[in-house]
Amino acid sequence: MSIPAAGPARSIISSPYFTSLITVFLLLVLLVAGGAAYPGFLSVQVLFNLLIDNAFLLVIAVGMSFVILSGGIDLSVGSVLALTTMICAYMLQTWHLPPLLVIGIALALGTVFGAAQGALIHYFKLQPFIVTLAGMFLARGLCYLISINSITIDDPFFVAMSQTQLPIGDCFISPGALIALVTLAAAIYVAHCTPFGRAIYAVGGNEQSALMMGLRVARTKVLIYAFSGFCAALAGVLFSFYMLSGYGLHAQGTELDAIAAVVIGGTLLSGGYGYVAGALTGVLVLGAIQTLIAFDGTLSSWWTKIVIGGLLFIFCVVQRVMTMRANKK
Amino acid sequence: MFVQHPIFRSLAALAILLLIDLIMVPGFFHLEIKDGHLYGSLIDIANRAAPLILAAIGMTLVIATRGIDISVGATVAISGTVAAMLVGGTMVTNNGTPEYVANTPMWLALAAAMGAGLLCGAWNGALVAGLGLQPIVATLILMVAGRGLAQLLTDGQIITVYYQPFFFLGSGYLFGLPFSLYIVAAVFIVTALLMRKTALGLFIQSVGINPVAARLAGLKTAVLIFFVYVFCSACAGVAGLMITSNIKSADANNAGLLLELDAILAVTLGGTSLAGGKFNLAGSVIGALIIQTLTYTIYSIGLPPEVNMVVKSVVVFVICVSQSAEFKTMWRRAFPAARGGKAQ
Repeated sequence: MSIPAAGPARSIISSPYFTSLITVFLLLVLLVAGGAAYPGFLSVQVLFNLLIDNAFLLVIAVGMSFVILSGGIDLSVGSVLALTTMICAYMLQTWHLPPLLVIGIALALGTVFGAAQGALIHYFKLQPFIVTLAGMFLARGLCYLISINSITIDDPFFVAMSQTQLPIGDCFISPGALIALVTLAAAIYVAHCTPFGRAIYAVGGNEQSALMMGLRVARTKVLIYAFSGFCAALAGVLFSFYMLSGYGLHAQGTELDAIAAVVIGGTLLSGGYGYVAGALTGVLVLGAIQTLIAFDGTLSSWWTKIVIGGLLFIFCVVQRVMTMRANKK
Repeated sequence: MFVQHPIFRSLAALAILLLIDLIMVPGFFHLEIKDGHLYGSLIDIANRAAPLILAAIGMTLVIATRGIDISVGATVAISGTVAAMLVGGTMVTNNGTPEYVANTPMWLALAAAMGAGLLCGAWNGALVAGLGLQPIVATLILMVAGRGLAQLLTDGQIITVYYQPFFFLGSGYLFGLPFSLYIVAAVFIVTALLMRKTALGLFIQSVGINPVAARLAGLKTAVLIFFVYVFCSACAGVAGLMITSNIKSADANNAGLLLELDAILAVTLGGTSLAGGKFNLAGSVIGALIIQTLTYTIYSIGLPPEVNMVVKSVVVFVICVSQSAEFKTMWRRAFPAARGGKAQ
């Protein structure tokens, strides 16, 4: 890519979706390489399993995309996920509330939690990093206040959701994965086809200008964090379907996985640039690496971390080189 | 006015915590000398806070340049692992008495561990200063991969150390005080002198306030930023040695877990803004002491340990909000008579 491109090649390179294209290309390379190395890797079910196993991460990454597009960051999502699994498990097992009510309450609590963080960030002009960091401690701490042990969920509805297999051709997909895809589709619509979505990009591009343009910056920012909290809670519900338990240690470090997925998906951390759909490619890349390592079987779990770190490095460097070129023009 | 000094609020917070301890914990301020060593809760808190203080000192400079280093915990794990692997300790029988000897001379092991820490810093520094990546992304890479590397070195095992002199670093006593306190004091004094008596502190501040202006004014901003990340990792490296020596083993998975977040909290509690520019080294030390005292208080007044994180986060929210300019304006509007008074 160091060779200066001419003609149509240049227009592709300088187009805003080029970084996202690189990600898709890299994902295909990963999958083809996996298929060549391990027979059975490229079966449709393995691809569906990527979605099934990472449904919760996809939902979190969708919420995180909005936050990052607006120039912020949300470190509390992993803890809110854990807190949601805990709340669901506690209300189901101790209070025996109907499952749909439990899910409704959990989603509402997550949204309120996010909105409160957004309000603190906007009205007190605090750093998103520090507010959501404190939020991360708060949500994790609340998990342990509920219980320090893991709570098993045996509610029939949750068990049914975890065991249902929706057939697609010869293969199947889980309800959780379907919910994640619907969330993604809704988020893509909101980000690219509604005034709210345009306001997010405007705030991420330059908050001052957005304010001067007469956009409702305060409402947008609070809503973004509320949406991220909602997504984290929804991911928590999906995670409880998946794990059938609530535990304060669930999903540790997921916030960083989500940030990595969004960054790999082509969204710039400085905000205002990228696509919500990038969250899907980012999550699939992370999932594909993990599946590759699982298929290999000889690599130890720590190689996963090293490879993810290496890949993140490559992406950041490519992105950086791209932006430097764009700025030079 | 002293009341308006940024460090006042953190000192006040620490004083309030100590006051609670004075009332709630019997014998909190009691110090006694046993076998020539000083014992007591205060010493205990300072000793336990030592690695956090070190990490916070390094983090202060990084944050002063508008950066952030979230790879501190991974650096701790790497340097601790390298030291533990090299020191190790095997039992040999010397004239009939069993004796533990180090695998490699200890100075070599310590140097290698520090070298590994510096390498981590150089990597972060190269990504931030050389490539111009955003600090949080650049250090996220090492944060993700660093623990993996440490686990790769140890093959996923916890490495135990059996070499007596190595333990001195984390749990030894010198002139009646824990040795770790001397290390912390030395690092703090050297850093403070560098910042106050040389122009380095001013340079770092100007990079934090406006990197472009600093560069146009002739500062080598890239070199400065690189140095700051190397320094931060060096501090983390020492903290890693201290933690490894204290628990007599290296655990690549858990050593220094979430230390970076605690360090960032300590810096913020100390009154340094995450937006870069002005920084306050002494404030960061106090911030680290606040965090450790808070933990100690929660444990000793009999609250369940689970409450720790909730209380910590609430304290952070309160301190952050009370430090914000918006809060001060609101306060003044609500209580016009208190104008000029302290906003608390």
